[in-house]
This record gives sequence, C-alpha cells and structure tokens, in this order.
Amino acid sequence: MSGRIKPIIKKEFRQIARDPRTLGLLLLVPAVLLVLYGYALNFDVKHIPLGVLDEDRSASSRDLAGAFIRTEYFDAAARPRTRVEVDRLLGEGRIKSALVIPRGFADALAAGETAEVQVLLDGSDAQSATTAAGYVKAIVQDFSTRILVKALSRKGMIDRAIPLTLEPRIWYNQELLSVRFLVPGLIAFILMVIVVISTSFAVVREKERGTMEQILVSPVKPHELIIGKTVPYMLISLVSSHLVLVFGRVLFGVGIRGSYPWLLAVIILFLLCALSFGLLISTVAKTQQAAFMPAILTTLLPTFILSGFIFPLRNMPAVIRAVSVVVPSRYFLSALRSIILRGAGPAAFWDQFVGLAAFTAAAMAAAVIRLRRERRRGEG
Amino acid sequence: MRSIALIIKKEILQLRRDRRMMPILFLSPIIQLLLLGYAANLDVRDIPTAVCDLDRSAASRAFAARVLQSGYFALQAEVGRAADLDPLFESGRAAMGFVLPRGFGEDLEAGRPVRVQLIVDGAESQAAVIGMSYAAQIAARYSRNLLLETLDRRGFPGLRPAGVEPKLRIWYNPELKSRNFFVPGVLALVLMVMTMMLTSMGVVRERELGTLEQLLVTPIRPWQLIVGKLLPFVGVGLIDAVLVVGVAGLWFHVPVRGSVFLLLGLCLVFMLTTLGLGLFISTVSRNQQQAMLTAVFFMIPMILLSGFVFPIENMPPPIRALTTVVPLRYFFVIVRGIFLKGNGFGLLWDEAAALLVFGIVILGTSVLRFRKRLE
Repeated sequence: MSGRIKPIIKKEFRQIARDPRTLGLLLLVPAVLLVLYGYALNFDVKHIPLGVLDEDRSASSRDLAGAFIRTEYFDAAARPRTRVEVDRLLGEGRIKSALVIPRGFADALAAGETAEVQVLLDGSDAQSATTAAGYVKAIVQDFSTRILVKALSRKGMIDRAIPLTLEPRIWYNQELLSVRFLVPGLIAFILMVIVVISTSFAVVREKERGTMEQILVSPVKPHELIIGKTVPYMLISLVSSHLVLVFGRVLFGVGIRGSYPWLLAVIILFLLCALSFGLLISTVAKTQQAAFMPAILTTLLPTFILSGFIFPLRNMPAVIRAVSVVVPSRYFLSALRSIILRGAGPAAFWDQFVGLAAFTAAAMAAAVIRLRRERRRGEG
Repeated sequence: MRSIALIIKKEILQLRRDRRMMPILFLSPIIQLLLLGYAANLDVRDIPTAVCDLDRSAASRAFAARVLQSGYFALQAEVGRAADLDPLFESGRAAMGFVLPRGFGEDLEAGRPVRVQLIVDGAESQAAVIGMSYAAQIAARYSRNLLLETLDRRGFPGLRPAGVEPKLRIWYNPELKSRNFFVPGVLALVLMVMTMMLTSMGVVRERELGTLEQLLVTPIRPWQLIVGKLLPFVGVGLIDAVLVVGVAGLWFHVPVRGSVFLLLGLCLVFMLTTLGLGLFISTVSRNQQQAMLTAVFFMIPMILLSGFVFPIENMPPPIRALTTVVPLRYFFVIVRGIFLKGNGFGLLWDEAAALLVFGIVILGTSVLRFRKRLE
C-alpha cells in the first residue's frame, strides 16, 4: 500500500510548497491569531466606571461608596451632582454604572430601618451587566451584615463575629484569568477553521482542473488517495498546533498540566476529524466556491457558538444542545480543558474521546464512499 | 448605463444558476440568527455544584438547601469525602463545591464562627467569578438571618436591624438578555461575510476561468464592470439585512427602538467597506483558495476585535488602539444603538462618518488596484 500512497503524499507536499502563501497561512496564522486574541479577548469584568451621587454626605454613605470603590470591580469615574447628570453620563457611555445614595441614608440606618440605595447599570452588554449586578448585590449584602454585627457588638448585646464565612479555594486557575479559559478554545477554533477550509479545497481543485480524472483512472484506490491527501495537511497542522501550544505557554502561562502523550493523541484525533470533514466537503462540492461556503458555514459559526468555546453548553436550550452533539470541536475542547488546565487523566475525558473518534470515523467513511462512487461513475 | 445593466443581469443570472448558492445567500443568515439567538447565552445559572457535607446535621442540610434553592447552583453530586470532589472537577462535571465542615451545626449553635470551604473550578473563569459572588451573597444573607434569629430568641425588643437594600435599575436591556446584545450583532456579521465573500470569490473566479479577459475586450469600461459586479451584491446584502431585522424583531422580539430606514441606510455605508475589502482581496489573490484564506484572515480578527462578544473596554490599551481601525467596531455601535437604545443620527453621526471614511478609502484603493491590474 505504501508504494502508491507515498507518491501522492509527495505530490501534495510539492503542491503546497509551490504556494508559499497558503503554506505560511497554514503554519503561522494559528499562532498569530492566538497571540492577538490571547491579549485581546477578556471576559474579566473589572474596573467598571462608576458614578457616585452621594446625596446624604454622611459617614455611612461615604463608607458604602468606599466599599464599592475599594474592590477592583468598580472605579470611581465621576461624581455627578444631580440625577439628571447621572442619566446623561450613562447615556453618553462615560460611566457604565452609578450608585445613588439618597438623602436620609444614615438616619435610616441609625433608626434601624432598611435604607434603599439605587444602583444603575448599563445593560446593553448583558454579560458585563450580569456580572456587575452580582458584585453589587454581594458588596451591599456584605455591607449590611457588617453594620449589623457592628451595631450589635457596640451595644454589647451579642459579642460575636460574622457567623458563617466562605473560604473560596480556586482550583486550576487561581487568578481567574479568562485567558486560560479561552486559550484551549482558541486552539480548537483556529485549528478547525484553518484545517477544514484548506482541505476542503484539496479534492475539488483537482476536479475543477480536470486532474481528478487522471487520478481516478490510475490504479490508486480511494482510501489511498484520502490518506495521501491527508498526511501532508496533518503534518503541517501538527506543527502549527505545537506552535500554538508553545505560544500559549510562553506568553500566557497556559502550561500543560496533564500528560503530553494524551494531549498529542487528542490533537491528532481532532486533526484527523477536521481533515476528513474537509475532504468530505471537497468530494461533495463541484466547484471551489461551492466547497468554501459550506466549509466556512459549518466551522466558523458552530465552533464559535456551539462548542462551549464562549457560551457554556449547559445554558442552551435542549434543541440547541442536541445540535451541538454533531460539532466535533465540542468534544475536543472539553478534553483539551481537562488535560491542559485541570491535569486530568483519561478517566475524565474518555467520553469526549469516543465522541471525537466516532465523528472522525463517520466523516472518513463518508469521504471514501463518495470518492468510490465518483470513480465508479468515471469507469461507467 | 446599459452596459452596467447588462453586467448586473449577467451576475444575477450566474447567482441564480448555482442552485446551492440560493439557500446559502438567503437561508444561512436566518440559520445563523436562530443559532445565535438561542445559543448565545452567557447567563450563569444552574452552575453544576457538588456538596460535601461532613457534618450531616440539620443545620448543614438546611444551609445546603438554601444554596441550591437560589437557582444559581444545581446539585450535581453529593459526596462523603472531600477527596471525592477531585474526579468531578477534573472532568468538568462540577464547577463549584461546598465543603461543610464537621461541627458545622454545633459551632453555629455555640456562636463560634464557621468557615465553609468553597471550591471553584477556575478553568471556567467566567462562571467562577459570577458563582462566587452569588455564593458570597447567600452566605452573607445566611449570616444576617442567623444573627437576627439569635436576637429574636434573646429578646431585645427595642432593637431593629438596620440594613441596606440595593435597588437595581438596568438600562436599555432590563431583563439582561444576552440575546438582545448578540442578535443585532448578527446583522453586522452576515453583511460582512456575505458581501466580502461574494465579491472576492466572484472576481477571482472570473479571472481563474479566463472570462475576465473576455469581458475586458468588450467595450465595457472597467468602472462599469466594477459597478455592475458590485451592485447585485449590494442587493443581496440589503435583502439579508431586511431578513435579519425582520426575524430579530418578529421572532426574537428584540426591540427595534430606532429607525429601520436609518439602519438600512447605514448598512449601505458599511457595505462600501466590505465590498471594498472583497475587491481588495480579489486583487491580491491568484486563486480561490488563497482568496478564501485571506478573507478568513481578515474576518476573524475583525469579528473578535469589534466588540461583538468581548467588550473593547476590557482590552489592553495597545489592542484597544488597534480596534479603532476595525470598521466593524463602528457598525456594531450603530446597530446596537439603533436596536436597543433607539439612537438617532444625532448620536451616531461620528460612527457613521468613520464608516464612510473607511468605506471611501478602502473601496477607492481597491478600485484603483483593480483597474491597474486590468490594464
């Protein structure tokens, strides 16, 4: 078998090498994209510009405002004087949140009443606003509990600390940097898009140029053609995925906690999967344009949306979650996060592995069948 | 004029002849919209949670129940030993773990402070941050209630507990639906992907097939050729825009607070840029594979740096500076402003001006390059 596969591999390599831009795009684009996005993409909602309108001007109201600003979540960005000014600043986008402490705040607290403060949030970015709303509630709740404890111990009625405190222990990513969450996703996203798109052209180009018939009448068998076409792209994308891993390690400190052999196995399996999917598209399409559109539509958006790269799968409606079952990057991503971030062994991701393998087998079989049919048509 | 009309006719014929292109042109935007509308949900609810109750007392069970009732945490597993949490976290099946220490109930009863360990899967940083603030709220409220109960029992009638209640008012998107944030963005994405792709592929294909030369030897002038080739794509873009706005408003009930005509008008301005980029790519690409990869190379950064998902304010200053040359960024401000805030032209004119400048420069350069290559 190797006798017939080798020449195809050689030919394919030569063809890639003759087109240096495509080769460069394949090798370097993943690493460049990782560097760019690793720095640019960031979910961390911190330093939200806050406008403080303190109508009470008391020690307690300053205390509460201080409790907001002392956290790294809110930065004092403006001190509006009136509510109209608050509205204007929010409308202009100069502040994204505002704390309004009404007159009588301290008096209400002294009288043992529940004092109301108003917090305004710009909700057009629902994501950041949800996070900010959580911070607000936690800060105010904490403030309430503290003044209660203070009041009680001052009156000497009960002398005790806050009864229950949480002691958070953050595993795997102590600083809670979203870049660590995103890097494995970026690896999956970039590899999927680049690999599927580049291989989706591999067969259809030969069809368009008429060289496909020449190959089909030669004694090369469909599976040999597939293997021969896959191996070069496989090697190139293996190199580029290692570049991505190295950059992730050096620039973003995303080291590999788990075992490298398992990581390699998962990457190879995923690349095989993406390659066979690209080849399948290529065998179905008649023109390069017809190959490209499905390639981009089935990789770009689904990998972006349905793989868990950004949006957690568990929050999606059941129908959408069912659709995500056929998105291979979903399995890859889950396994990557387990191996890279959590240092888990195969027990933690074997199901993802099986899902990926099943998808690969199906795509590859479909591509071989398509080619065989084409060949028979060629003979007939 | 006649020759332009002829080219437009030829382009439309060509588009219609390719059966597979029709669904791609007009159905795929809808599918993308549906997918994003339903799937793009960053709301953190039902965080998979493991509870390790080492105390097994009435008090510890009550606390666990309080946590789970909040709606933020969904019980994934109950384990007897803290070590059993490891595999749950490793596989990502649990993202939060509460470890209630032995003596939880007795300590609370005796007034000794209790520390509950909260184990957080930092790999999912987003859910972790939000989950931690939910947990902090629950713990603080629990403490407060305990203090109040103690007060009640000891009977201090004159004392009323002071507290602060935040009244949250959320502007523009009161229910905090991620959908309202993402769906308008699809309009921008679809316009860009469609018009840029169609233009770059359409021109490169003619060159590859050699039909471009045939067109050139006809009396058609290069500018007529360009206008004739681009106008049908403008039409496709506009139809897609109307489709997206329609589905967003009627199906997803995303508010369209501003003027639809202003929106469509600014879509046209935005298309100057995308058509220009498409044309530019066609001038630097020898074959369709190159054109595609180059187009993707332009598109991915534009999407990720435009504020579509990731807030620009969070980016480090050099990257933030870089985003000012991403035309898509301005279009997002326009689209979201018109959809959610009901902004009129008065508030959006600077973004519109930026888009116009980008469009003229990019399209102008590309047309010049294209003409030079033709001659």
